[in-house]
Amino acid sequence: MFDQKRLGEIQKKEKHWKEETLPGWIQNHPERRSDFHTSSNIHIKRLYTPEDIKTVDYVNDLGFPGEYPFTRGLHATMYRGRLWTMRQFSGYGTAQQTNKRFKYLLKEGETGLSIAFDYPTILGLDSDHPMSLGEVGKCGVAVSSLQDMEVLFNGIPLDKVTTSMTINGPATMLLAMYVAIGDMQRVPRKKLGGTTQNDMLKEFHAQKLCIFPPEPSVKLVTDIVEYCTKHLPRWNPISISGYHIREAGSNAVQELAFTLADGIAYVESAIERGLKVDEFAPRLSFFFAAHNNFLEEIAKFRAARRLWAEIMKERFKAKNPRSLWMRMHIQTSGCTLTATQPINNVIRVAFQSLAAVLGGTQSLHTNSFDEALALPSEDAVRVALRTQQIIAHESGVTDTIDPFAGSYCIETLTDEMEERAIKYIDKIDSLGGVISGIEKGFFQKEIADSAYKYQKNVENKERTLVGINEYTVKKDWVPIKLLRIKHQAEKEQIDALQKLKKKRNDKKVKQVLSRLHKAAEHDENLMPTIVQAVKSYATLGEICDVLRNVFGEYKEQITI
Amino acid sequence: MSRKRKIRIVVAKPGLDSHDRGAKVIARAFRDAGMEVIYTGLWQTPEQIAETALQEDADVVALSILSGAHMTLFPKITELLKKKGLNEILVLGGGVIPEEDIPALKKVGIAEVFGPDTHTGKIIEFIKENTRKK
Repeated sequence: MFDQKRLGEIQKKEKHWKEETLPGWIQNHPERRSDFHTSSNIHIKRLYTPEDIKTVDYVNDLGFPGEYPFTRGLHATMYRGRLWTMRQFSGYGTAQQTNKRFKYLLKEGETGLSIAFDYPTILGLDSDHPMSLGEVGKCGVAVSSLQDMEVLFNGIPLDKVTTSMTINGPATMLLAMYVAIGDMQRVPRKKLGGTTQNDMLKEFHAQKLCIFPPEPSVKLVTDIVEYCTKHLPRWNPISISGYHIREAGSNAVQELAFTLADGIAYVESAIERGLKVDEFAPRLSFFFAAHNNFLEEIAKFRAARRLWAEIMKERFKAKNPRSLWMRMHIQTSGCTLTATQPINNVIRVAFQSLAAVLGGTQSLHTNSFDEALALPSEDAVRVALRTQQIIAHESGVTDTIDPFAGSYCIETLTDEMEERAIKYIDKIDSLGGVISGIEKGFFQKEIADSAYKYQKNVENKERTLVGINEYTVKKDWVPIKLLRIKHQAEKEQIDALQKLKKKRNDKKVKQVLSRLHKAAEHDENLMPTIVQAVKSYATLGEICDVLRNVFGEYKEQITI
Repeated sequence: MSRKRKIRIVVAKPGLDSHDRGAKVIARAFRDAGMEVIYTGLWQTPEQIAETALQEDADVVALSILSGAHMTLFPKITELLKKKGLNEILVLGGGVIPEEDIPALKKVGIAEVFGPDTHTGKIIEFIKENTRKK
């Protein structure tokens, strides 16, 4: 980026600084630590200069926003044109309670919906299943059938909002329900917009909410990709997620590398299905965490975008420029939030979300400051949403594109993140790909090792956490009333489900479930049959049971 | 009384919650502290956990829940442990558990609840202290 002559002068000046200015100063003012490094153990230098980025080629490595390799952003005007989507993940109790929360968030200026489902729903169990005891509506909203989905979207027109659904194992069923609601509201399918997380690979690595073994799981993921490519052109069939990998304990480089490796596996699977890369790749989306290290996180998002564009272009020979786009959703990091002095979390969330915006995200969820204590209360959610609005409208960072570009430090870190991620991806390739890595326990071990290391670093104070290992208080203060999920929700939900089972046409349900069984055995795309099944009010548990019979069930590999 | 064998501890994840980062970290910390650790893995019913505690001749059962189902599942587990005659077992709870729930949990036999941000050393200390007494 700099001419040789000027670089020579800079080197000379740096030598002078190192020999003349620095030693005397350090002698009297020793540095706080002997070594500074990021979460991924990337060494952080005292000072970055043009020397560090002399090999960066502006045109090839950074380019212009909206152009390959998209380091500076996906869109030509970025936030000067349209702000990111402010999408708050929410859901609790019954469909009726969550419908109320959705309407509240929309009224407060949220621009897209994001549904959190409860554990039974996520694991394909009905609310009245014995394992669901105590879990119904606790960590999200309970949806056992189309009936619940009808209540959830009551008064919310699907042609006016986009909806993201954090659902993986039973993603086919929840998407089928959404399609069914769209049909009821007479919204043309080509207008339905939103995202199914539908990323099973990261479930095996990190989140572990798996119903079926890896191979049939990826088959179902690919069914959705194929179905959306043909019928739901505005739907993002997968949100390839690093978030859960990070929350489970990985560092930033592992998050980046494992996510892109999963992305590669999905692209390969869809190509194997007979789809052309440029047909489906433009709708792939990504999901990352914004953790505490501000500089490393900004670098991670920029590196992610550039590396994905390179992978799609070089490895998969994509031609459509949109196939090269890494559209990302970012969520601030839940695991960095503390239960003690919870109001400090407002500040953590603000820095993390600022990193997400400086990293060029398309969509953002800000965590609520009370999340280490309970599901977020309405007051805390509002502060979280306001944080985004303050960044958007008051901070000024949205007025120019990619303002940290050219920073000696950020560009160095961006390169370093990319190089380290490539090394991991090569390693995963050499293990025989992602599924083989899962079977070998590679990802789980990598993540558990990092998680343990993080905890040790906190405990031996190598890493300072404000309010935890330093700056503690004797008496704590929680300024708000926490949200309590009443047990009543579970009872109401089970009653409604049992009433539904009495009034629906059982014969029709049986017929469609037996059709589904055959389709699964014959390796057909199951989406069309599942749409019929949910429309007959077959429950989520019943549909999953059919598939459990055909595909078998996931058995956890226990590693500690 | 001097203890001849290592402390045997079952680390368990009751219910459907899959947040196992804490459980795995604590399991390693217990192991590093010289305890014999049996980690159950995910999705354990109260019956399975009580049975594991019995089979493994556990001194301690450490339960981790982050889903909010603790008020339903913890009491069931302590009840089943008592039914099996395991009255001496030290039962600990961890996870996202609001402070106001702790008195009720202690009443049903949870010896202590360790929330987020707890130093693993503090839990190990508590275990050593409270198993020595027996």
